Amino acid sequence: MAKIKIAQYWGAGCGGCDVALLDIDEKILGVAEIADIVFWPIAVDTKLKDVEAMPDGYITATLYNGAIRNSENEYVAKLLRKKSVLMVSFGSCACFGGIPGLANVTNGKDILEYVYGKTFSSDQLGKPDKVYPQHITHTKDGELELPVLYDTVMTLDQVIDVDYYMPGCPPTTNLINDFLGAVEKHVKEGVPLPPKGTVIASNKTLCDECKRKKALKVVSELHQAMDVDMDPDKCMIEQGVICLGPATRAGCGAKCLNANQPCRGCMGPTAEVMDQGGSMLSALASVFKVDNTETRLNEEDIIKMMQQVKDPLGTFYAYSLPKSIIKRAVKEKKARKQEAKT
Amino acid sequence: MQTTAQVAQETSATEKEWQPKIVTFCCNWCSYAGADLAGVSRLQMPTNFLVIRTMCSARVDPEFVLRAFAKGADGVLVLGCHPADCHYIGGNYRTRRRIALLRMLLEQYGFDPDRLRLEWVSASEGPKFQKTIKDFTDKIKELGPNPLTEE
Repeated sequence: MAKIKIAQYWGAGCGGCDVALLDIDEKILGVAEIADIVFWPIAVDTKLKDVEAMPDGYITATLYNGAIRNSENEYVAKLLRKKSVLMVSFGSCACFGGIPGLANVTNGKDILEYVYGKTFSSDQLGKPDKVYPQHITHTKDGELELPVLYDTVMTLDQVIDVDYYMPGCPPTTNLINDFLGAVEKHVKEGVPLPPKGTVIASNKTLCDECKRKKALKVVSELHQAMDVDMDPDKCMIEQGVICLGPATRAGCGAKCLNANQPCRGCMGPTAEVMDQGGSMLSALASVFKVDNTETRLNEEDIIKMMQQVKDPLGTFYAYSLPKSIIKRAVKEKKARKQEAKT
Repeated sequence: MQTTAQVAQETSATEKEWQPKIVTFCCNWCSYAGADLAGVSRLQMPTNFLVIRTMCSARVDPEFVLRAFAKGADGVLVLGCHPADCHYIGGNYRTRRRIALLRMLLEQYGFDPDRLRLEWVSASEGPKFQKTIKDFTDKIKELGPNPLTEE
């Protein structure tokens, strides 16, 4: 029987997803039995030009991890889409933008100006060397090319057509095994694959998977996770620690919660929700204590209460800013005028 | 060929013509009745707003507000029952927490938080509805178009 062909590529990611694929332990032997790895920059010595030479649809499944934030990410994503039958959006960055997606609070120009003009390493003795990366550099030996950094970080499915989504930072071994198992069964026994667009995870919220006791469902004061001696059996939010469980998709097995850490939302929004941050904002604001002093509170008291959330955008959209409704930061006319003046 | 003066005149003309789009969420029990009262009392007010009736101001999911801005609303007004008057006892208390937090979030996105306002309008407060609409429309005219959909 002919083996299937698998590719894995990294866009704007950290490499953790690549390692996650190796974390499936002895199952990797099963993978090697049914599949050839034809392209995987972290582990296999295939070059991009080899991929360019492949016929269309040559690769059975590509696992693409990382967000799209420069011209190279986009080029390879489009190339692999053409060469692959199945495209899997692998990990939180590819699915929702992930941590790199938080760059959408600023823009490409400001990032380059900061990194190459204002950081310690570029600012030698108070004299910034102002060397910025160029897309094309002419040297005596020919032209050198660097990818162009985009203004906005995008998810994989904002650039190409995606067949399956596997969220997680990184996707857990269970989810990877589920997916590879389904592909293996499809190849060996002809079992049909799940419908296109399926998210390979649970359809419930993380609270459904979390074993902690939820009794009061009320919070009176918020704390940073490191400031509290956390009770391992009691709901995080009831202990005053922001946990994104109520707005996050289950499927990870509540690993962080089992390790006594709050959920930060890497599995993304649940199936019925368009905006993970909005969903969490709503959930958190609703569990704040309401008692009979409520009518005496004025709007300033409420603002003070909510200011306990130090960084709503960074907390609620830690993994999903490019996939949110607003997607990126904007500038009011007034702010733009002020900037033009300075 | 256009002269610079002509271009400047034209832009000021389009600026004059620009009318804000405002989405107003009214709760079924107080504010919608208040808006109705303002209407049957023939109180004059700007017509830049669309009313969406919800059963309670707490039914206004933050997602609704974010979507309104993403689809081009220049301002969003959420109107509910006064504290202690909520038909569902405590819905408006949830609303005011959510809106306060949502305003913080909008500011981080770069929006002027004044594009989102929460007011209490009871069923008997037709004039307050009129005043709220007037004030908010003026505020949004001052802020200009939604920066997200402007380009």
